[in-house]
Amino acid sequence: MSLEFSADAQKKITALRERYPTSQPVVLAALHLAQKEHGYLSDEALQLVARTLDLPYAHVFGVATFYTMFRREPAGKNVLRICTNISCMLRGGYDVLAAFEKKLGVKKGGTNGEFTIVEEECIAVCANAPAIVCGTRYFLDVEPGQVDAILDELRKTPRPEGEVV
Amino acid sequence: MADAVTPEAAPPPPPPPDWRTSPKLVTARFGSEEAKTLAGYEKQGGYQALRKALGMKPEDITAEVKASNLRGRGGAGFATGVKWGFVPKDAQEVHLVVNADESEPGTCKDRELMYWDPHLLIEGIVIAAYALRARHNYIYIRGEMMREYAVLVKAVEEAYARGYLGKNILGSAHECQLTVHRGAGAYICGEETALLNSLEGKRGQPRLKPPFPAIKGLFNDPTIVNNVETIMNVPFIVDKGGAWFAALGPGRSGGTRIVCVSGHVNKPGVFELPMTITMRQIIDEVCGGVWKGRKAKAVIPGGVSMPPLLESELDVPSEFDALQTDPRIHPVEVRPGQLFDLGGGRNLRTMAGSGGIVVLDDQADIPMAIWRIMKFFAHESCGQCTPCREGTGWLEKVSRRVAFGAGKPGDLDLLSSIAHGIAGNTICALGDAAAWPMLGFLTKFRADFEAKLPQRAGVAA
Repeated sequence: MSLEFSADAQKKITALRERYPTSQPVVLAALHLAQKEHGYLSDEALQLVARTLDLPYAHVFGVATFYTMFRREPAGKNVLRICTNISCMLRGGYDVLAAFEKKLGVKKGGTNGEFTIVEEECIAVCANAPAIVCGTRYFLDVEPGQVDAILDELRKTPRPEGEVV
Repeated sequence: MADAVTPEAAPPPPPPPDWRTSPKLVTARFGSEEAKTLAGYEKQGGYQALRKALGMKPEDITAEVKASNLRGRGGAGFATGVKWGFVPKDAQEVHLVVNADESEPGTCKDRELMYWDPHLLIEGIVIAAYALRARHNYIYIRGEMMREYAVLVKAVEEAYARGYLGKNILGSAHECQLTVHRGAGAYICGEETALLNSLEGKRGQPRLKPPFPAIKGLFNDPTIVNNVETIMNVPFIVDKGGAWFAALGPGRSGGTRIVCVSGHVNKPGVFELPMTITMRQIIDEVCGGVWKGRKAKAVIPGGVSMPPLLESELDVPSEFDALQTDPRIHPVEVRPGQLFDLGGGRNLRTMAGSGGIVVLDDQADIPMAIWRIMKFFAHESCGQCTPCREGTGWLEKVSRRVAFGAGKPGDLDLLSSIAHGIAGNTICALGDAAAWPMLGFLTKFRADFEAKLPQRAGVAA
C-alpha cells in the first residue's frame, strides 16, 4: 500500500527544501519524519521518501540502512538508549542495561511494544555515567535500582523520538 | 621515560594560572536559564561582539583569529585562523558548517554548550560567516541529541526574528542563513568529509583528501568545518582581541580548554580550564582524586582514539603540544622495543584530542576496557576501506577473546599486527583511531593482557 506524509510533514519538507540547493540533503529529515508518522521505515515508507524527494529508491535505501537511528521494523513508544561505552561501562552501564532487560523481559535491540532497548554507543553524557537518553529526556548517574522509577516516569510521560522531528 | 630515538625538547613551562580563578569563557553561562533565551542572552551582553565584528573588515577578523592561536577543539587541534585562510579569495559561494556531531567516547562538552548557550554559538557562527563571506551555513547536530536540537531550532528562530540571521544583518550587507541539520546516528559523521556527505543526503562515508573542504567541500564549494567549542570562542576573540586570547594559553595554544572527565574519579564533570594545568591536577584537584581512595592506572587524555597515559606520566600539561611531544610520555610501540612511526620518523605519544579524559583506577580490567573500545570502532567503521572494515572487526574479536579469558598464544602479536595494518592505510582517521589505543594499551599494559592469556602448556596446573 502506498503511504503518504501528513500535511504537516509535507509542509516541513517543503520548508526544508528551500534551505538546500537540491532535494537530496532533505533525505535524513524526510526519513525521520517518515519514521515518526509510520512507526518505522518499511519499504513503502522508503518509497514515499524517494517519491517525495525525487530520489532513486536505492539511494534512499542505502542512506536509511547506514544510520543507526533508522529502523526497518516497529519499535516501542519509548526508545531507551542505554550507553555502555567506556565511561558508562566503568561505572556500571552494563549492570543498568541488564536490569532493564530483566525488568522488561526484552533483550537489547528488542521491544515489547511499549519500550525498545538499544545498547547505545557514547551519548555524550560521560560525566554523569551511566546515562540513558530517551527522546528529549536524559537519565543521569543511573543505578540498576532506579529501573522501576524510570519506567514509571516514561509510562506517565512518554518520550517518543518523533517529538522533535 | 627517556626517548632514545628522537629526543624532542619539552615546551618551557609558563607560569601556570590558578585553575580556580582563571577566566571562564564558553562555560560562563552554564546553569543560567535566562541566557538560553535571546532576551536573556542580550541582557548578559550577547550579540555585542557581532556588532563590533560587522564594523571590521572580514580579513581583519581572520587575522585576529590567527593571532589568537585558537586551535580546533574537535580533536585535531588545527589552527583555526590558518584553516580559514585556506578558503580561496575569489570563491563565489562559501559555507561554514559547525560540527556538532559530538560522539567521541568520553566527550560531553558540545552537547552541554549547545544546551546552555545556544546564542553564543549562533553569534560565533554569524561572525565567522562574515569573516569567511559564507552565506549558507549549517549546524550538523548528532541525531541522538534531540533535546539540544530543539534548543537550537528555537534559538535560530529567535535570532532570525530579531535580525541576527538572514539578510542585511544589523543593517549591514552581511547575509547569514543558518540551518540546523540533524544526523541520524553514525560516529563517522564527526569526520568532516563524512559529515559533508551526510549533509548532502548521502551515506556518511569520508572523502579522499585532497581536495580539502576549504577548497572543495559542501556542494563542491569551499567549506570550513569547525567544532562547536571552537566557534563559540570566536566572539571573545573579536571582543577582546587575538592577543588577549593568545595570552590565556601556553605556547601555540590560545584560550582556555574544556575537558570532560569521566570514569573512576570522585567528581566527574565538564570543566573549562587553563591548558597549563597538568593531567594530575585535573584528576586530583579539579575532580577530587581517584574514587574509593585508589590510584589511577590508565588515563585516556582526549577521547578513546588516543593512546593512554600511565600514572607516572600524569605530570604533563593537558595542552595540545605537550601531550604530543613531552618526552616524559613513553611513545607507542608496534611491539616491544619497536616504536610506532607516525610518519617521517615521528613518534606517537598521545594527543589532547576532543578533551575527553577517561580515568581507569588501579583495579580496572584493562583488556576488558580495550575490548569495549574496539567494539565501538568495529560498530562505527563505515565499511568503505578494507583495512578498517575488516581490521576493526578482527580487533574486536581477538580483544574480546583475550578479555574473556579465551585468548590464544600469539594473540597479542596478532592484535599488534592487525592494528599496525590499519594505521595509515585508510581514507580517514577512524582506522588510526582504532589502531592507536590498541597499540597504546598494548605498549603500556602488556602484563595485564598477558595475565589474561592461558598459561603455557606444561605450566598450567
